[in-house]
Amino acid sequence: MPFLLLGIATIVFIVSRLTHANPLVSIVGERNLNNETIVNAAKRRWGLDQSVPVHYVKYMQNLLRGDMGTSFTTRRPVLSDLWDRLPATLELTFVALFIGVVIGVGLGVLAARKRNTIIDHAARFIALMGSSLPAFWAGLIVLYVFYSKLGWFPGPGRLDPRTTAPDKITGFFTVDSLLHGDFALFRQSVGHLIMPASILGWGVVGIVTRLVRASLLDEFSMEYVRVARAMGLRERTVVNTHAMRNALLPTITIVAFAFAFLITGAVLTETVFSWPGVGSYAVEASRKLDFPAIIGVTILGGVAFLVTNLISDVAYAIADPRIRLS
Amino acid sequence: MSTIALPAPRARRRRPPWLRGGALIGVISVLVWAIVALTLPLWTPFDPTAPAGPRLMSPSWDHLMGTDALGRDVFTRALWGSRTSLPIALIVIVFSVILGTIVGAAAGFLGGWIDAVLMRFVDITMAFPPILLAMAITSSLGPGVRNALIAMVLVWWPIYARLLRAQVIAVRQREYVESAEAIGAPRFLILRRYVLPMAYTPVLVNATMDFGQVVLLTASLSFIGLGARPPSAEWGAMITEGAVSFYDWWIAAAPGIAIILVVLAFNFIGDALRDSFDVKEIAR
Repeated sequence: MPFLLLGIATIVFIVSRLTHANPLVSIVGERNLNNETIVNAAKRRWGLDQSVPVHYVKYMQNLLRGDMGTSFTTRRPVLSDLWDRLPATLELTFVALFIGVVIGVGLGVLAARKRNTIIDHAARFIALMGSSLPAFWAGLIVLYVFYSKLGWFPGPGRLDPRTTAPDKITGFFTVDSLLHGDFALFRQSVGHLIMPASILGWGVVGIVTRLVRASLLDEFSMEYVRVARAMGLRERTVVNTHAMRNALLPTITIVAFAFAFLITGAVLTETVFSWPGVGSYAVEASRKLDFPAIIGVTILGGVAFLVTNLISDVAYAIADPRIRLS
Repeated sequence: MSTIALPAPRARRRRPPWLRGGALIGVISVLVWAIVALTLPLWTPFDPTAPAGPRLMSPSWDHLMGTDALGRDVFTRALWGSRTSLPIALIVIVFSVILGTIVGAAAGFLGGWIDAVLMRFVDITMAFPPILLAMAITSSLGPGVRNALIAMVLVWWPIYARLLRAQVIAVRQREYVESAEAIGAPRFLILRRYVLPMAYTPVLVNATMDFGQVVLLTASLSFIGLGARPPSAEWGAMITEGAVSFYDWWIAAAPGIAIILVVLAFNFIGDALRDSFDVKEIAR
């Protein structure tokens, strides 16, 4: 684990060194590039006049202190940028994960129970669509149809324009507005969540449905299920209390499984819906070649991946008494 | 005693799993796309980069998917996108498989510290969400199709290395490999002749399944602005253009449908392959 963290940081450092682009362009702007005083001052200010090994050591030292440098474009520490934007992404991904798991488990169970029927095929098709859909395109289409044509849902962003965000407690607008007792704001923030979270959640549906269906079918072929059926238990009891308990175990690992997908989806969905989260931050940063910001987001992504893996391992061990942490 | 000639029971001919049900649809549509991509310049009436009619026309019989802001035929451009996206995906997959095969075979066959070092590197690379690492590499190298391609290969190969290594280790312990070693066959020969042919199936199956995901990733990088740039008829770039003029929905709709059709086709094939080979899926 610590080794992986070190590796992540090192890889990101190497990647950031691949560049031929001159970061000075984005710091001082094209016009000032010929002005030697400004360029030298900028070089000194951002440490660009030092050698690569010096950079590496400094970079590692700073990382250990939680310092990811200062964004070229926002001129603020990357860490506080990320910290400000993280709740928006978390709120979106949690809701998407919830939608995806609920619908995915439902469809998976349905598909497995009605195997090879039209229902099975339909469920699997919905799931396949979820993993085939480009999230950014789906977002555009949904915005066009349900926002600008039908007006059923509010447009991009976390809140309507000219609405002040609730005072920050958790950073989740839905939770914060409730804590402040502001139900109008709560409804508004939920309304803004529905479209992006559904798009993001659809991809999760694709992963979950397939997994639940496959593992439930595996359980159906086990002897204990045949015994339960032979005993004359109702099909619902067989499925819900016998097969499901075993079939859902692998679904716990879905958190780690779906994580890479959620991040990818969040990057694109946030861009389309102007969602002020980490994903859209990453896109803005890579468009403007804002390397400290890109590096920060990439490290955050790697670390988050490790953490979700750890969580899902622990959750699995808790849920399955056969596995104990060694 | 007379012999009774029993008619031999006619063997029920079963189509191979990748030609049944959804997979058949997948294979056919991939073939159609491949033919379209190869022959398109021969029969399309419009130039994908030159104006073909009035600007921003909604879909009609003359222009099946309308025209865009520069008067180019959107349907032609959506088909033309396959000439960019499919080769890119193919190149990314092929190079990732080659790189993954070399690293995975070396790690699994040589073992020891080489294995340890290579696999740690694989672990670290796989600890990143693919799109973030690809974005970081592309923006570092400089936006553009070539660099996006390099980035995608760098992000994609570790999965094949890991798969192949596991297979190589399993196959190495088979008796026929041991006997080959016992009679003193050269190590490289053993690897190439006896181990790799038995080990590469999961890699190929996974590579096929990943094709659609690479098409998606290519389009995503272009959409963000790191891959192909707007004038070119690439699906992601076309959607970016369509996003600008929101109310002319067909400009973005056509390339999106093209992406879905291609990715769906590969996912259909992937599903069938997964079922018949019982390949363990690896999260990407």
